[in-house]
Amino acid sequence: MITYIIRRLLAAVVLLFIVSAAVFAIFYLVPRVVGATPETLATRYVGRAATPETVNLIAHKLGFYDPIWVQYGRWVKGIFLGSEYDYGSGTEHCPAPCFGYSFITRQPVWPDLLDRLPVTLSLAVGAALLWAFFGVSTGVISALRRGSLLDRAAMTVSLAGVSMPIFFTGLIGLLVFSYKLGWTASGGSYTPFTENPADWFYALLLPWIVLAFQFSAQYARLTRAGMLETLGEDYIRTARAKGLPESAVNVRHGLRAALTPLLTIFGLDFGLLLGGAVLTEQVFSLPGLGKYAVDAITNNDLPKVLGVTMMAALFVVVANLIVDLLYAVVDPRVRIS
Amino acid sequence: MIQRTRVLVAATAALALGLTAACGGGKDDSSSGSSAKAEFNAALDKVFNPSEKKGGTIRLANSGDWDTLDPGETYYGYSWDFLRLYGRSLLTFKASPGAAGNELTPDLAEGLGETNDNGKTWTYKLRKGVKFEDGTEVKSADVKYAVLRSIDKATFPNGPAYFEQFLNLPAGYKGPYKSKGVNTDQAISTPDDSTIVFHLKQAFGGFDYMAALPQTVPVPQAKDTAAKYKEHVVSTGPYMFDQNNLGKNFSLKRNPNWSAETDPFRKALPDRFEVSLNVNADDIDNRLLSGDLDIDVVGTGVQPATLGRVVGDPTAKAGTDNPNQSRLWYTSIVGTVKPFDNIDCRKAVQYAADRTGYQTAYGGPLAGGDIASTVMPPTIPGYQKFDLYPAGPDNTGDVAKAKEALAACGQPNGFSTNIAYRAERPKEKATAESLQQSLARVGIKLTLKPFPQGDYFSQYAGNPPYVKANNLGLVLNGWGADWNDGFGYLSQIVDSRVIRETGGSSNASVRDPDVDKLLDAAVGNTDAKAREAQWGAIDKKVMEDAFILPGVYAKALLIRPKKLTNVYVNPAYNMYDYVALGVA
Repeated sequence: MITYIIRRLLAAVVLLFIVSAAVFAIFYLVPRVVGATPETLATRYVGRAATPETVNLIAHKLGFYDPIWVQYGRWVKGIFLGSEYDYGSGTEHCPAPCFGYSFITRQPVWPDLLDRLPVTLSLAVGAALLWAFFGVSTGVISALRRGSLLDRAAMTVSLAGVSMPIFFTGLIGLLVFSYKLGWTASGGSYTPFTENPADWFYALLLPWIVLAFQFSAQYARLTRAGMLETLGEDYIRTARAKGLPESAVNVRHGLRAALTPLLTIFGLDFGLLLGGAVLTEQVFSLPGLGKYAVDAITNNDLPKVLGVTMMAALFVVVANLIVDLLYAVVDPRVRIS
Repeated sequence: MIQRTRVLVAATAALALGLTAACGGGKDDSSSGSSAKAEFNAALDKVFNPSEKKGGTIRLANSGDWDTLDPGETYYGYSWDFLRLYGRSLLTFKASPGAAGNELTPDLAEGLGETNDNGKTWTYKLRKGVKFEDGTEVKSADVKYAVLRSIDKATFPNGPAYFEQFLNLPAGYKGPYKSKGVNTDQAISTPDDSTIVFHLKQAFGGFDYMAALPQTVPVPQAKDTAAKYKEHVVSTGPYMFDQNNLGKNFSLKRNPNWSAETDPFRKALPDRFEVSLNVNADDIDNRLLSGDLDIDVVGTGVQPATLGRVVGDPTAKAGTDNPNQSRLWYTSIVGTVKPFDNIDCRKAVQYAADRTGYQTAYGGPLAGGDIASTVMPPTIPGYQKFDLYPAGPDNTGDVAKAKEALAACGQPNGFSTNIAYRAERPKEKATAESLQQSLARVGIKLTLKPFPQGDYFSQYAGNPPYVKANNLGLVLNGWGADWNDGFGYLSQIVDSRVIRETGGSSNASVRDPDVDKLLDAAVGNTDAKAREAQWGAIDKKVMEDAFILPGVYAKALLIRPKKLTNVYVNPAYNMYDYVALGVA
């Protein structure tokens, strides 16, 4: 098992390296290939009345005149060894892991990422708990009462959940529950848990529900399908024939088997969410990684884009690793092999 | 229905509060009148809900990040409006609604600038007793230092470059960080602690406008941290920073070392200002309408999704104002792309364009603005109303005149060219489509070419070699004034010398040496009235050249704050005057 974990960790490092090179190439190499010059790249980061001298100065300062591999090497070196930044009247050391400095705000990227992470983490964990509970339980009940009014109602609601995008349900939710009824917090009112847990909960309640609504719908439908398939298996009939109570048959033998594919999807979804719940954070003005990514892309702020992409990739890789390990818990066949 | 009821209740409450305030203290009513009736444009040219009441918190939100809080680098109108709460420049614009708001008034200085050599040297005397937030008195050296540091473009690349352009700086001077110990008295001298003299390379009659730039807000050298100064700007205004979480939010509290006796116009009514950054734009509108938020600080108007709700509801519309923006949406007609090297081909476009279609593409009269026929908007002093290319009684274009122009340019059957626009801007796409249809009536075939807005001017539409090689005959464009004056508006869009072969200039088409000469003549004129007439003449010359197809004089629909007092649009910023506001 330890060898397996080490092997997976090494593979994860290689994967992250490939992702970093690919993303760097997309943002730094591709524009040069299609005709951008160091000056045209620098023009994005100067004022509208900048002189050619200013553009040249900034192109130098941002290292755009260096060959692309030198720029990439400098970025990678910063992650492992840190880097220096000239802020005008002095030089600031950015300790490892230094993901560079924002071209726009001229702040180091790494502290920004750490600062945004708790917001995204709060959103993702809360929503994941809600959707895992409601999604799976709705799916189980629907499967056990297949064809009933409850089943049809649950599946209709879940179809709606899958169909409606978050920027729609989120804005409608804000309009109705925040601005008309006053039950939930308005957008942009996030308070860190460490400052005020009650305000933190109040601010995240609606985003959790909206995000969980969409995911619950998917999970309900997947759980229902998985349960129906499992409940038709021979070993379920055997379990019933052996006289096991119905609850044990459904939970220990039915649900447990149906959970295996769900766990894979959950790992991917949760990992992606940790990289930034882009739409939810945008709609509710939550200062998390997703909002950070959108703002960075809008402003062409490449070091920020690279930083947040690497963090998202890291979460997906780690989440998948954890899911693979959890397989051993859920599925005894994995443990044996 | 609940929403409507709430709006009605809020409007009634505002009405009652306004009446109470109006009865209690009428001091505010002196300048341009006041109003307490919640009606459309109630705060456009008069004070809405006047009051002297102190206390309370004003809540603002920005759908993006603040460009920077550093007065040496900030370059957005909303930021210049807001900055007056924590910084005092030598001069500023009058805190007043109506035309008076466009006039300069002394702030840190005792009076307007004085010149004895026809605009080459400008002297300002500082007020006595103005202090930084730490109690240190402001000296002329602090203003000199502030201006010089802003010249360091490696540290402050986004700020205005006017001082760099006009001051008689020593050769190779790079600002106080890189050029330590260099004597700069040839550019700015400070004969004593309360006198500052600016020495220019060339006469500049409108230098007072530069003295009103935030770059003249004093910075104490000992507290300056260059690019990091934005984390804690040392205040000279009535408010100082309480918290500042970059990219998320910041708040201002009262500055105990600010004295109303040294300040001619700031009332400093609220106790606090709280600003949220990077807030969803649609959410901002919803919160403004519900009263959960006071001000959309950017001041460029409601989102398209809100527009229909507001315009369709008379009660909601009564809670809005619709100011001009000192901005023109227009199309550059590029003379370096054939056949637009022929003036008659450019005129054919002017005549054939459907001006009403242009206005509709930008959202109509309320959200878009008024149909334009000049380069300068009406808010710029010197504006003259004229229309060299009348577009017919319904403003949909004069097809007969356009065909005449085409015949004169040797293209009687029309021609084909490309039109560039920013892909992320639906209004520009709609405009390009409207022009495509209207120009097709005379045989001018347009192919739409969208480009990413981040690189629009640097790599594509503002890059002369690319424009020529890719036959971009028409380029959708827009420009807002740095300040409401001919130089502040025209210099970056009609002066051919700002065009750079490497790209990045907003002037995509105007190349006329005569216009450059006219600009130089106007810049050196110290007679304000005569200068204004010169700006008007430049406008006419550019239109005679037909390099610019004016589209819309931009307007914005602002949601008037429900719970605030002394609300009015300051025409210098084209948004609510943040210095005057109080809490009801």
